[in-house]
Amino acid sequence: MNEPQIRKGALITALVIAIAVLGPWLAPHGTTDMVGPVYGAPMGSAWLGYDFLGHDVLSRLLSGGLSVLWMSVAAASIALAVGSTLGLLAGLSRRRLDQLITWSADVSLAFPDLILVLLIVSMLGRAPWLIVLTVSIAFIPGVIRLARASAVAVAGQEFVEAAQMMGYSRRRILFKEILPNILTPLLVHFGNMLTWGVGMLSGLSFLGYGVAPPTADWGLMINENQAGLLVQPWAVLAPAVLIGVFAYGTNILAEGIGRRSARTGEKQA
Amino acid sequence: MSESHCKTPRTPAWLSWFVGRLGYGLLTAWVISLVVFIATQALPSDPARVILGPDAPLESILTLQHQLGLDQPILWQYLRWLGAALSGDLGVSLDSNAPVSHLLWGRFGYTLALLAGVIALVVPAALALGVALALRRDSRLDRWSLSLLIFLKATPGFLLAIGLVLLFSMPHMDFLPAVSILDPDQSLLRQLKFLILPVVALSLTALPYLTRMVRAAMIEALESDYVIAARLRGIPYRRIVWCHTLPNALVPAIQGVALTLRTLIGGAVLAEVIFSYPGIGTALNAAIQMRDLPMIQAIVLVITLAVVLINLLADLLTVLLTPKLRTARRVRMIQRNRRGITPWWRRSRGEA
Repeated sequence: MNEPQIRKGALITALVIAIAVLGPWLAPHGTTDMVGPVYGAPMGSAWLGYDFLGHDVLSRLLSGGLSVLWMSVAAASIALAVGSTLGLLAGLSRRRLDQLITWSADVSLAFPDLILVLLIVSMLGRAPWLIVLTVSIAFIPGVIRLARASAVAVAGQEFVEAAQMMGYSRRRILFKEILPNILTPLLVHFGNMLTWGVGMLSGLSFLGYGVAPPTADWGLMINENQAGLLVQPWAVLAPAVLIGVFAYGTNILAEGIGRRSARTGEKQA
Repeated sequence: MSESHCKTPRTPAWLSWFVGRLGYGLLTAWVISLVVFIATQALPSDPARVILGPDAPLESILTLQHQLGLDQPILWQYLRWLGAALSGDLGVSLDSNAPVSHLLWGRFGYTLALLAGVIALVVPAALALGVALALRRDSRLDRWSLSLLIFLKATPGFLLAIGLVLLFSMPHMDFLPAVSILDPDQSLLRQLKFLILPVVALSLTALPYLTRMVRAAMIEALESDYVIAARLRGIPYRRIVWCHTLPNALVPAIQGVALTLRTLIGGAVLAEVIFSYPGIGTALNAAIQMRDLPMIQAIVLVITLAVVLINLLADLLTVLLTPKLRTARRVRMIQRNRRGITPWWRRSRGEA
């Protein structure tokens, strides 16, 4: 029953990624070519009409996904790598270090994600790598908490004790015994971070702190064409739908993985 | 009953736990002030240049540096800023030249009203829905509702808000105002209809998490031994659900509400901008666009301190509402047994 959920999620996610990656080649017009009337309705070859400056919405839609997607994937990956390293370190090391890491995570959790990102981006500028870094910083504390809790739970189990008694090196225990067992919750969290990341990054562009204007970007398109919402809703709806669909796909994928592992866990127990 | 237990009415352990927790909260608050200060004033190589832009003449930069006290040593700047903030003086807005605390006071009221509305709507809804779904576990209704909740959870909040604006600005749908142009001269109570859409938009984003949490907690509680014992004794099922299991399922929901509030504050920034609601979020957005440094510092500081306070209250409530923790004799017991948030995928595994 759960396999379909994973398959559905993977399919939806892959579809949006394909649109974003292949889109720039398929776009009939350049992203900054003014080819039609301002807020022109869909007609003929322009399936989605024209936007606030008369650009072809379809072309901008096809070219505007890559920035959001690579940034959210990069932010989630950085957060996963750094967060799980720190979380494992906290979970498996002595009390002092554990407390220090857990407490730092707690402190940064006091900043609502978007506020932290807004603060840093508004102060230090909006270079893409900086945005990726700040979004990942907002995500790291959550990963630390999760990795630490999972590692502590796994480290107390018999097979880890057995491995310790067999005299295996700490490194072997970490990579062969503990890491494979906490991978699933981390993977689920990765999927969730992709969902949040797309939401946050497009929200950031929507507020005007993301990718700089002439570039095509889904969040930015929503912001730019908001004024014409009633005249030409497609310029807002199309990117919004794609953002939503990608978030939905990654989320379904995460739910599916989580549920499957819960089920197999139940079977073993 | 043992002698010592009867004799000494000693201070309950949760009180000393709370003192420790309070100290932890204060320490966190101090570190937050440090982080906010570093991010705004120490990290940018020259805040005055950030505020005035790259083309500003040297003279005005120097004037602003002097006005903000940026020409003084960094430690002194921090201490002065912290001291002023502690005494309630959050500085003077660069944009409007009025004291920041004065400007923010009303804005906070509006955002609080918004959040209060969301909590008042979401918490009862999540409780009712969560209990109903837990009682009809794995039925068609349960599965359909869960899919809908997953869809809501996945959709970024600001898209939901834009969708509502679009829906209610269409012809024949104008019985609710799509944007909240509040009249500052009238009290909020007279303009409640402007609150409806922002509250609904934020509620929709908060609902899935809480509902699923209540549902999972209820399912866990319904499967526990005491429910079976109660049923064997012939207590009506309805009574077991509402009087026995629900109170137990409520405790994790407190932490859930605290966590929801934290995400809501972030979401409120976007929602307020979309609905042009005059709260703290629009103020922050405007302050960032105007590069109004004291305003940004104050807003971020107050928001994060509010989150720290919310967490503190949630922890206190959790301890007070869990009999095992409230009556614990040692602080250590509270620390060990305190129920944090277990993510649902781990919870379902623990259930088995």
